Amino acid sequence: MRNLLRAEWTKLRTVRGWVIGMLLIPLVTVLLGALTASGNQCGIGPGPGLPVELACTSPIGPGGQAVQDQFYFVHQSLTGNGSLTVELTSLTGTELQPWSKAGIMIKASTRQGAAYAAMMLTGSHGIQFQYDFTGDAAGPAGTAPRWLRLVRTGDVITGYASADGARWAEVGAATLAGLPSTAQVGMFAASPMAAQNSRADSTPVATGTFDHVSLPGPWRGTYVGQPRLVPAPAGYQQDDAGFTVTGNGDIAPVVPPAGTAAPISWTLDGAFAGVIAAIVVGAMFMTAEYRHDLIRVTLAASPNRGRVLAAKAIVLGAVTFVAGLIGAGVAVPVGEHLLRHNGNFIAPLSLITELRVVAGTAAVFALAAVLALALGTVLRTSAAAVSVAITAVILPYLLAVATPAMPVAIADWLLRVTPTAAFAIQQTIPQYPQVANTYYPFFGFYPLPPLAGFAVLCAWTAAALGLATYLLRRRDA
Amino acid sequence: MRNTVHAEWTKARTLSATIWVLAGVLGATVAVSALAVTSARHGSDADPVKTSLTGVYLGQVVAAILGVLAISDEYGTGMIHVTLAAMPRRAAVLAAKAAVLAGQVLTAGTVAILVSALLGRLILPGYALTPALLRAAAGSVLYLTLIALLGLGIATAVRDAAVAIGIVLGLLFLFPIIAHYITITTVQHYLNEIAPMTAGLYIQSTTGLRTLPLTPWQGLTVLAAWTAAALLLGGLTLQVRDA
Repeated sequence: MRNLLRAEWTKLRTVRGWVIGMLLIPLVTVLLGALTASGNQCGIGPGPGLPVELACTSPIGPGGQAVQDQFYFVHQSLTGNGSLTVELTSLTGTELQPWSKAGIMIKASTRQGAAYAAMMLTGSHGIQFQYDFTGDAAGPAGTAPRWLRLVRTGDVITGYASADGARWAEVGAATLAGLPSTAQVGMFAASPMAAQNSRADSTPVATGTFDHVSLPGPWRGTYVGQPRLVPAPAGYQQDDAGFTVTGNGDIAPVVPPAGTAAPISWTLDGAFAGVIAAIVVGAMFMTAEYRHDLIRVTLAASPNRGRVLAAKAIVLGAVTFVAGLIGAGVAVPVGEHLLRHNGNFIAPLSLITELRVVAGTAAVFALAAVLALALGTVLRTSAAAVSVAITAVILPYLLAVATPAMPVAIADWLLRVTPTAAFAIQQTIPQYPQVANTYYPFFGFYPLPPLAGFAVLCAWTAAALGLATYLLRRRDA
Repeated sequence: MRNTVHAEWTKARTLSATIWVLAGVLGATVAVSALAVTSARHGSDADPVKTSLTGVYLGQVVAAILGVLAISDEYGTGMIHVTLAAMPRRAAVLAAKAAVLAGQVLTAGTVAILVSALLGRLILPGYALTPALLRAAAGSVLYLTLIALLGLGIATAVRDAAVAIGIVLGLLFLFPIIAHYITITTVQHYLNEIAPMTAGLYIQSTTGLRTLPLTPWQGLTVLAAWTAAALLLGGLTLQVRDA
């Protein structure tokens, strides 16, 4: 086997065209990625009260992800343990959304992105206990009036709900690590934009009315995350009947397309060109043997045909992986630099996620090359092998992701069963059930989780290699 | 010239692969069109004519293969030496190949598009016989033909089939993927205007023409320009290079 590997490695490195093809993989990945990154610009303003254009930015939540944190907060300081109980007598609003929300909150501070836990009534999802932007526990369904209670014990916040103020049920509890001893407690209201027309200039507003507030004053009103440009009605009133709090915005993780955070996959657009180069070299690595009748020499020298194919696959896969790793490893930092230079805010990622995206992209290159190798063995002509491989790996992506008119059901199906599913390895922002959004492939949301999508390509490649081994053994060379 | 065309026609018609690839153009186009038509949602605002001609996305791949194989097969088998010895006027050889290829794809493409449009007429609501439909249908046949000729031109220039098909499909598929990720609209429109597939397929649009950066025929002209450039490049390299 060692000799076989060396023989295949010698073939690969001594054919000039293949070496050029392998060098093209990182080159086109970086160049086209850089082109895409420079084609994206983000800015706020200029406009009334904002004379210059500012770069896009986003607050960061306790979990390290980009978040939206915009709502109206009527609050006071709470030192040590304590609780707040209110009766939410109504939730109304203009263009009230399913996830419009009003309720009570304990938040580390009024800074955007600060840790929080909240009990709320929503537009059409009943009572919810939410914390730290991504946490969500559903409570009983129902509409106002409802009683809500938050209790702080150390770092633990527990949320309760009641229909009558007498019998209480726990909805959820959350540990807010590092919550300062003095936190802010109070009432809030927020309303996200409609998911379907997030580009419309409508401004949904939610209004909550509160009674039987258990804490005495004085209260302060703060518009957390007040937008620099678009003025939205927000504020509060206190009278004999209680409090009326009005606000817009949302308290949620940022998801495309609604948010302004650029996903890292924008820097890896060149990977599609790199995959084509990998497929061409992969197919030729086998079809050239047939064309020049070298296959007879190869098989005469090592009669175990399965091993010959395995050696080819290992050498090709390893070299393509290294080439892809260099390409993706350079494209991501270069693309991020260009995106930031153009005012884009890049959604922060953990090092592990970033490594997963880079190494996963390199592995997609390697698998695509081996798939083309197997197809070349089956079909023997390079034109057929290259077109089948490109049609299987690239065309479904083009149809499902880059074709806006494609019905979502078809796009979804294409991204589940075709080798294109593997590009899910580049998805970094998950889908959140508590954030209404158009989670379409068009915006970078894949129907399969990253590793499951990657496994689809693995399965196709394994099946093609199996068929290739079978045919190589059975057929005359 | 007549003899040259006749020779190329004999070669094309006697190769068993040709008929299979032509059947592939037909089958791929009709199959994907049928899939798109039957899964189209009722009441969606998608262009019904464009939906019924979706099969061109796959049919073009097979058309490109046919174009590439028309010349790269000769290089692969060494047949090109015989061809050029018998017909020393190399430009005439390429022109004859282009003529035969165009004739084949026009025929197969016409059948494929007619069947696709018929399926649309039978299944989709609001599918009327209008001048726009005729333009989209005839334009789609021309589109497939131009793609096959693009494959011929590039394959003549680079000789190797794998590299040629990689370049053709890269040219077709990469532009729209890159344009999708670009948010600066001027850059995005510019990419769409020069992209052979995106601009070429504007010929299929019958609704929302005002939102397109080019008119349908202008779009097809962009593809024709790519094809002409590829054939010119192929002709020049064939002329100056040893076979």
